[in-house]
Amino acid sequence: MDCNTGLLGPTFVQGLLLGFIYALIALGYTMVYGVLKLINFAHDAVFMIGGVAAFYVIGQWFGLTDPFTGVGLILVLVAVLVIGGLASSGGAVLLERAAYRPLRKRHAARLSYLISAIGASFFATYLFQQSFLLGPGKRSFPHVMTTEKAFEIFGSRVNNKGVLIIVTVIVCLVLLDRLINQTKTGRSIRALSEDVVAAQLMGVNVTRVIVMTFAIGGFFGGIASALYSLQFGNVVWNMGFIPGVKAFTAAVLGGIGNIRGAMLGGLLLGLIENMSVVCLGNQWSDVVAFVVLPLMLILRPTGILGERIGG
Amino acid sequence: MANAPLLELRDVHVHYGVIEAVRGINLTVNEGEVVTLIGGNGAGKTTTLRAISMVHGPSHGQILFRGEDITTLQSHKVVQKGIIQVPEGRHIFPNMSVAENLEMGAFQRTVARKQLDQELDHIFGLFPRLKERRKQMGGTLSGGEQQMLAIGRALMAKPVILMLDEPSMGLAPQVVELVFEVIAQVNADGVPILLIEQNAQMALQAAKRGYVIETGEIVLEDEARSLLGNDRVRKAYLGEE
Repeated sequence: MDCNTGLLGPTFVQGLLLGFIYALIALGYTMVYGVLKLINFAHDAVFMIGGVAAFYVIGQWFGLTDPFTGVGLILVLVAVLVIGGLASSGGAVLLERAAYRPLRKRHAARLSYLISAIGASFFATYLFQQSFLLGPGKRSFPHVMTTEKAFEIFGSRVNNKGVLIIVTVIVCLVLLDRLINQTKTGRSIRALSEDVVAAQLMGVNVTRVIVMTFAIGGFFGGIASALYSLQFGNVVWNMGFIPGVKAFTAAVLGGIGNIRGAMLGGLLLGLIENMSVVCLGNQWSDVVAFVVLPLMLILRPTGILGERIGG
Repeated sequence: MANAPLLELRDVHVHYGVIEAVRGINLTVNEGEVVTLIGGNGAGKTTTLRAISMVHGPSHGQILFRGEDITTLQSHKVVQKGIIQVPEGRHIFPNMSVAENLEMGAFQRTVARKQLDQELDHIFGLFPRLKERRKQMGGTLSGGEQQMLAIGRALMAKPVILMLDEPSMGLAPQVVELVFEVIAQVNADGVPILLIEQNAQMALQAAKRGYVIETGEIVLEDEARSLLGNDRVRKAYLGEE
């Protein structure tokens, strides 16, 4: 095995950026797991909706396909992110209403949720593949931002999109941490994650908290989706699949149900898969990412930080 | 309805799937009373309390609070009415501190920070051990401390009626004594209490009236003092020949 140490810097930067995006998606998996104790396998579709919505609103409706600069750039970027977040958030709430709540009302078995989630995911994903929506091919995302070098670290370039990703994700993570640990909604999410019966006996409105959890997890997934679309320059109907599976892996890696674990797991997974390229070549990166999951499950089944939602 | 009991169960049935765990219970709690519901394991005591809190509601029958049917309400609405339960097994939030657990008790009320601190101090006055462990995680407490915390947390909800499910279970005798002292004190402050116990002796001594439940049905109901002297109760629940 010969390692190309010259790739260390660039793969580190790339891994970090992708890791930040995984972290943001992983939050959705981990939060829903916290309150419902089930993996929301439709979160990949929820993710996809965000980028696609930004593509439609910014690119198709407003026709903003040329690069912006200065204040205009900031405004349009905020718009892209907020549209992505709101669209995925709405999608997640709809998903809860259609695919999960009817089962919860009937006290369905765990397996039913899983099947329902996978069904919902396929439905949403293939709906967008239809020609009256995205169609089967890639569609280019509005080119609102030119790629320019921002600074250099470890001898590798970080461009302005990278800076956008890092800043946005850090802001989101700080906001979420605040929300979970310092607000009443956050406390009710933690309570429900720790003990459903006790939460009910304290007067927590379970249905409302579940909807809020889907909405919040979806919002961050949508922002991640907008960043992902900006970074790669296109949207496609199945764009949620790979990032979805990776983020799910990240959530398990950090400790499913644990918010800080999801952040840590996302970053680690991004770094591990990208930096494996240094020694193994890039056709191995997905293999490495998915070897990490069974290894983790064997060595430490509760993940790095264990199962708990709060700080 | 001035003359209606505070809490009234009318022909309440509860099912888990096809299994009927509670079969037509009638029970009342009046203002100011301590009422106890005693019975063996699996008799339907916990099921009855969970039905009242609408955690697992009745399949048939009515639960009336001040004459109003509450069986149509969701659990958080029942809590908002002041029907507060200390559940069996305590159900402490393991990754929240003692103080956070207590504050969860006041979740459905809107309380200013200053008043909340005063109320916390009141609970710490009842259970000084909790004050020492204020910042410790709920999951790391001993069984006795968790029971104190569960009761303290319920009191933070400002109960109109307090229901306790086996508060003495698995506790050292001194802790049981403390728990029953606090229950008496809470009742002396005017809060009616529905006490569920396997420890029939202590429960009947603390209560004014009592019900005996067996396989989901009330088989006896009387003044607590009379139940203490009842042959059937003495044999089945007080371990006397």
